[in-house]
Amino acid sequence: MMAAVICLGSLGFVAALLLGMAARRFAVTVDPRQVALMDILAGANCGACGFPGCDAYARALVAGTAKPDLCRPGGAETLKRIATILGVAVTERPPQIAVVRCQGDLQHARLKYAYQGLQDCRAAQKLARGPKLCPAGCLGLGSCVQHCPFDALAIDSRGLAMVNRSRCTGCGLCVTICPRQVLALAPANETIHVLCNNRESSARVKSYCNAGCLGCRLCVRTAPESFVMDSFLAKVRYGYGEPSTMAEAIARCPHHCILNLDEQGNNQTLPTPHSVRERSTP
Amino acid sequence: MKSLLLIMVGAVFVNNFVLARFLGLCPFLGVSKKVETALGMGMAVTFVMVVASACTWLLQYLVLTPFNLDYLQTIAFILVIATLVQMVEMIVRKSSPVLYQSLGIFLPLITTNCAVLGLAVLNIQRNYSFVQSLVFAFGAALGFTLAMVLYAGLRERLTLCPVPRIFRGTPIELITAGLLALAFMGFAGLVPN
Repeated sequence: MMAAVICLGSLGFVAALLLGMAARRFAVTVDPRQVALMDILAGANCGACGFPGCDAYARALVAGTAKPDLCRPGGAETLKRIATILGVAVTERPPQIAVVRCQGDLQHARLKYAYQGLQDCRAAQKLARGPKLCPAGCLGLGSCVQHCPFDALAIDSRGLAMVNRSRCTGCGLCVTICPRQVLALAPANETIHVLCNNRESSARVKSYCNAGCLGCRLCVRTAPESFVMDSFLAKVRYGYGEPSTMAEAIARCPHHCILNLDEQGNNQTLPTPHSVRERSTP
Repeated sequence: MKSLLLIMVGAVFVNNFVLARFLGLCPFLGVSKKVETALGMGMAVTFVMVVASACTWLLQYLVLTPFNLDYLQTIAFILVIATLVQMVEMIVRKSSPVLYQSLGIFLPLITTNCAVLGLAVLNIQRNYSFVQSLVFAFGAALGFTLAMVLYAGLRERLTLCPVPRIFRGTPIELITAGLLALAFMGFAGLVPN
């Protein structure tokens, strides 16, 4: 009994002594600002700042080699706190959010072939440029879902990527992952978007999909301040135009590609009811 | 020399710590999402296992056995291994930031891992000499790394596979681990043990 107490006691004492000495001898001095920054940063290690993880970004911030406004998931709040710690002045940048610019589900978009390979958009894209006839439509195999560090993306019942607008931080990882650039970043306070990504002419788009932008310019003619044409694809000029004229443009869009996502709740979902369109044979 | 080789092969393949003894399953399932991290974990385990088996062997034969305190084996070993790992972490952090970046995050995870403790106890149970226990430790760690890397590779491929909905996630991963263990049963009988 006595021997056990003495033995374990002395073992513990020696261990504590060694650890205590090592802690002093091998102490690593870290800039206290770096520790404080680590607590502030989003901690998702998403890499949107261009550094491998939050730790590396914090170190670069303290060293003064990185700009303080790179943490996109953290947003304005984080930026403000980083600025306080580093003692620098910053200008806020508006928060952004990802938008899936495609409505071409299997009801609307036609297929080139039945894909049965790896369940990954980038792999599918390499096989004859993807199974969908439309070269710009969402493939729905979920590469973006797998790479989203914030669980903000999902493949919905239609087989298209869907952004959970309350979870999306606008880090932009999905935009770089998507092989067809279906996803894009847009200002978070904007709810009206053109949900098509195909710049081709109306004849081409019609042959691919019944939900694509035809380039008819109806929206531009109705609300010239709010919409611009990019080749044969309408785009929203974020931050311009009257809501009433925009609503009129939304109503006039023949393929219903302009959507006000606000009316769809928090998630980006299909407008209902969509005008019934028969799926024509390719 | 031949006996050392047998110990080594036995520890790596026949009685693989993870797949035949089912020790260290926590890191096996936890840190095996990517081959890269699995390899890092394997290296950290290799390092800790070899150092820990040397220290615990010395502790057993210099302290515990002479004083008839064999019943304190478990708690004394845990104490020594934990201290050791903590100290190694401090030293590595100070002396080599690069090594700490790649190895450091894994070190606290294996402080009192059952594979490390099991190895120390097995060394004593089998009456290994000092050199034998070091070889056994290295072999066991090698086997652990092998299992980790193989399983991580399988898991990387699994993420791209069309898995039936019911099996997605943990179920298919556990089944895969079981199949890998079954495959390692093929080595049984290679070394008499």
